[in-house]
Amino acid sequence: MSGLALHATGINHRYGKQQALLDIAFSLPAGTRCGLIGPDGAGKSSLLGLIAGVKKLQDGQLQVLGGSIQDRRHRNSLYPRIAFMPQGLGGNLYPELSISENIRFFATLFGLSKADCDQRMHNLLLATDLARFAERPAGKLSGGMKQKLGLCCALIHDPDLLILDEPTTGVDPLSRRRFWELVDSVRSERPQLTLLVATAYMEEAEQFEHCLMLDRGKLIADGLSRELAAITPSGKLDEAFTHFQGDSAQDNQPLVIPPRTGGNTDIAIQAHDLTLRFGDFTAVNKVSFAIGRGEIFGFLGSNGCGKTTTMKVLTGLMPATEGSAILLGKPVDAKDLATRKRVGFMSQSFSLYGELSVRQNLVLHAQLFDLPKADSGPRIDELIQRFDLGGVAEQPSGELPLGLRQRLSLAVAVLHRPEVLILDEPTSGVDPAARDDFWRLLIELSREQGVTIFLSTHFMNEAQRCDRISLMHAGKVLACDTPEALQRQFHGDTLEAAFVTCLEQAQSEAEPAAPGATVNDTHAPPVSKRGFSLARWLAVASREGKELLRDRVRMAFALLGAMFMMVIFGYGISLDVENLAFAVYDQDQTPQSRAYLEAFRSSRYFAEQAPIRDANELHRRLQRSEIKLALEIPPGFGRDLYAGRQPIVAAWIDGGMPFRAETSRNYVEAVHQGNLQQLAELSSLPRSTQAAVKLETRFRYNQDVVSVNAIGPGVMALILAFIPAMLTALGIVREKELGSITNFYATPLTRLEFLLGKQAPYLAVSLVNLALLVAMNRWLFGVPFKGSGLTLAFGGLLYVLATTSMGLLISAFTRTQIAAILGTMIITSLPTIQFSGLIVPRSSLEGAAALMGMLFPAGHFLDIAVGTFTKALDLRQLWPQCLALFGFFVGFTGLSLVMLKKQEA
Amino acid sequence: MHKLAHILRLGLKELTSLRHDSVLLLFLFYAFTVAIYMPAAGSVIGVHNASVAFVDEDHSALSRQMAEALQPPEFQAPAPLAYDQLDKVMDSGQYTFVVNVPANFQADLLAGRQPGVQVNVDATAMSQAFMGAGYIGRIFQRELLTYSGQADAAGKAPARLTTRALFNTNLEGGWFLAVIQIVNNITILAIVLTGTALLREREHGTLDHLLVLPLTALEIMLAKIWSNMLVVVLCTWLSLELVVIGLLSVPLAGSMSLFLLVTALYLFASTALGIFLATLARSTPQFGLLAIPVIIPMLLLSGGSTPLDSMPEWLQWVMQGSPSTHFVSLSAAILFRDAGLSVVWPDLLALAAIGLVFFAVALARFRKSLAS
Repeated sequence: MSGLALHATGINHRYGKQQALLDIAFSLPAGTRCGLIGPDGAGKSSLLGLIAGVKKLQDGQLQVLGGSIQDRRHRNSLYPRIAFMPQGLGGNLYPELSISENIRFFATLFGLSKADCDQRMHNLLLATDLARFAERPAGKLSGGMKQKLGLCCALIHDPDLLILDEPTTGVDPLSRRRFWELVDSVRSERPQLTLLVATAYMEEAEQFEHCLMLDRGKLIADGLSRELAAITPSGKLDEAFTHFQGDSAQDNQPLVIPPRTGGNTDIAIQAHDLTLRFGDFTAVNKVSFAIGRGEIFGFLGSNGCGKTTTMKVLTGLMPATEGSAILLGKPVDAKDLATRKRVGFMSQSFSLYGELSVRQNLVLHAQLFDLPKADSGPRIDELIQRFDLGGVAEQPSGELPLGLRQRLSLAVAVLHRPEVLILDEPTSGVDPAARDDFWRLLIELSREQGVTIFLSTHFMNEAQRCDRISLMHAGKVLACDTPEALQRQFHGDTLEAAFVTCLEQAQSEAEPAAPGATVNDTHAPPVSKRGFSLARWLAVASREGKELLRDRVRMAFALLGAMFMMVIFGYGISLDVENLAFAVYDQDQTPQSRAYLEAFRSSRYFAEQAPIRDANELHRRLQRSEIKLALEIPPGFGRDLYAGRQPIVAAWIDGGMPFRAETSRNYVEAVHQGNLQQLAELSSLPRSTQAAVKLETRFRYNQDVVSVNAIGPGVMALILAFIPAMLTALGIVREKELGSITNFYATPLTRLEFLLGKQAPYLAVSLVNLALLVAMNRWLFGVPFKGSGLTLAFGGLLYVLATTSMGLLISAFTRTQIAAILGTMIITSLPTIQFSGLIVPRSSLEGAAALMGMLFPAGHFLDIAVGTFTKALDLRQLWPQCLALFGFFVGFTGLSLVMLKKQEA
Repeated sequence: MHKLAHILRLGLKELTSLRHDSVLLLFLFYAFTVAIYMPAAGSVIGVHNASVAFVDEDHSALSRQMAEALQPPEFQAPAPLAYDQLDKVMDSGQYTFVVNVPANFQADLLAGRQPGVQVNVDATAMSQAFMGAGYIGRIFQRELLTYSGQADAAGKAPARLTTRALFNTNLEGGWFLAVIQIVNNITILAIVLTGTALLREREHGTLDHLLVLPLTALEIMLAKIWSNMLVVVLCTWLSLELVVIGLLSVPLAGSMSLFLLVTALYLFASTALGIFLATLARSTPQFGLLAIPVIIPMLLLSGGSTPLDSMPEWLQWVMQGSPSTHFVSLSAAILFRDAGLSVVWPDLLALAAIGLVFFAVALARFRKSLAS
């Protein structure tokens, strides 16, 4: 046990103008357990993030496990030695993946063998009581179960430093107890393990020999818990904390709960045989209870027992399968807006607008609840003060620590003075002092204003304050009574003991008792390979692949979307102009003029409309786009023609769409030219001699100038620019937005493994797309294939490599999924549609347009596709394009590596 | 009254969210400046700047004269080429046209032996192949007539043809492309912004939260529509005034206010489409993929990039159901042909009808998706 696990001096950290940590200095010997306590927003998570290497150190010195965290080599060697569990309800998990798949993914990242992983996972799942749910997708777990899974993922490898950020927030008491037993057993096998835990439970912090106390970014106390606690007569850490806080803290008045005034027997919330099933799974099973007006009713139970679901049914968010729910005298009805105004609801996960500030969120809700203007201002100020949010009122709420976000959610729930409050774990993650404040408010609402309060909680001291509580397990209500009565019923010294007994009874009825929570440490220490590891790459690739395979809709959109576009563009993009609507303004009306016009009338390129009668009409009909071309024959055309006076025919073209106008002009001139010979016979002019030269025009590669032969292969380039890029464009940014990017920061995963692993499954899908499109061109549209199939396949592979890596680059650069989708669309569309050579040959582009065409992969693949299909080319001619595509792949990947940071700023 | 206040308030929230995404704002800026200016400034329409190589095996005064006759703006100056290179440069796509004048061409012509000139056309260059071949043929015909002493013959044609383009006299391709580029951007933005904004709420759980507030689906939807509409109409107006009229000096003939009104109507239809797509998708990645086969055909097949008349009849009918087709037609009519309400009302009516149908369908789906 020699040496220090942690040694910090002069650490400062700020977010913009906000000082999060101020001059932190402490050291921690290896092999110790240390609790980190402090109010919400004190900087606990920031400090843990810095130690885990997840956040970039801004200022100061930080030695972790014998080396500086700023030293990149040392940091790389640390990843396998540190386990980090971030704050929040399972934000770092993969919702599509099952529990066991999530754990396996982490195991592979840390280089565990399959056998080791299986054994460890088995023990972890038993210890956390998750074994029954091993195949359930993480997205379908309750908040507390996600938290437990997060712990399993953090404990799957053998770390020397275990950093847990409020690990037991939202975890039920029984699981919490088992969890700490598990951690102790890991520690007994690895004495060198240092444990650093941020927690809101003082009793947890008291178990640890060391304690760090943070307040407003400053370390106010640091030392042995025992000694720190001895400062106050009670010997309690929380009181010691108040002592170290000094004068700044208000003293904690003990909480007094006045008894409910009797006589009020109205029922505010009633559930009768409420049942809700998802498929075969019964989440809520015949739950019945009645809550009186003004009552504080607590909902307790193990994680995943159906508390949240029951609450959602009561608010109308989910329809019940069976049974009835009555709220304020009316059956629950999702469409009943009037009742919604009388209810305040707070969901377990933060569901306010993260980009709005605290005050903006409150103002928004005041307006949505139609609070009178005169009232809303003071009301908001009052709540900001009451919930101690004054210091952060103007900050974006999404950036606040969990505890402060919870307070804001609470403030929003009570803002409109509802008659009923339905609160799902309102105080999870909130510090003890703020929890007491909140309870003062609840008691005041209940006792003075008769507000009915229905809440769920895992804190036993809170359960104790409820008028009645109901214990729930596996969808059923086990018991419902006053806290004292329940304590007597289950013979517990404390309510917690009673609760644990009750749960254990219920579980042992349902299944054999879980064996003792131990983690057999029989395996060899994992070898974490430095540099590129195929196993980690494969782990990322197969995880991403599984998510894609499970998302059948996404697969279908990717494949069917491509085929759909191939069909409509194959038939639809044609640059020939046929059936051009034209009309004649014949002011001559002689056989000569009719003979001249006959050539136009008989051409397949022109379709005649009703004749024009005057000059105004000519202009008007062109303006209305009824006709695209008007031919004006001057008066006396026939006479002048005969006399050799060269009458002038005017062709008026709609110039609004220049491409079509240009084509029209070309056709008109061609028909006119072809007409001259015939006209000459009607004229007195000498006939021009016969053509002296034969002009042989050879349309090469596409003798009949069939549009689809040229367009079809080009459309492949278009489709394979958009779809592969869109597939990957959300890959990284989605993890950023939903939180699992932390795993990339906290594990040995390298940037290249991460990028290439994300790319692999989408590359495979894109290759299937390529094959489909080639087949459609060949057999559906009958485009003859003349060149080298191998070259097309090789070029296609390089192309989708390039476009998928472009998507990843966009993903690495953006911060939100909206920006990623929009960016992909906007960046891809211009160079692909306009400058790739699909419509206008690249050789006639100039300046910036030519450059843009060259600096984007589509044009190069278009050359390959068109070249192999129509021109019988192979790699000997197309190697420059292939090389260019490979260059794009390397370049995009390189840029992504630069954009992708291994640490948070 | 309360309803209006809710819609206003929720919409303002959308605007705040937009403002906080700096990368998104960067893309918006790019879309309405660079992405408008670039294609318009470097645009090519029809035969313009076409690349020509000239294989001159005759080396006569006549063959040189023919080469010189191919001139900008239609053609780049012809590049001299050796005969054995002909296939190679055609294969690589380096030149779209290669003219081959055989040896003894001039002598054969003078001897009346009807020598042949070969024009090789890369027929995969769809937009230029056909028209360019016609141009070259007519240019050579004229040169040969001039050479063989029939210089006046062209002037003495029995009748002459003058072609005049209305509304864009010089057929400046850039004018149209600039406007089409704006139309395309509007389509992308309307669908993507509203659709992803809705899914974002779903994924972050804020949609659930809205449902416990006294709000109706209609209010939520209208809020999303008006806020995105405002942003896009504003961007469109600025882009037209500053980039199209200012930088590119395109003389837009028509009424700006009528065009912006039509744009707002189009946005109503396309944002509703975005919401509809968002109700079909269960996650943002799904939406991204679903949006592609909807948006790209709207960009390519609405008559802005390729002519509508040359599409198969069934596809023309299908595209009549797309609001973008009417919007492209309205844009060209209002901005270039200075058409007023009395002229454009049929398209306007169609656009409004499509918008209402989309909105009603989207609202029904949205309501249903909220209830489940």
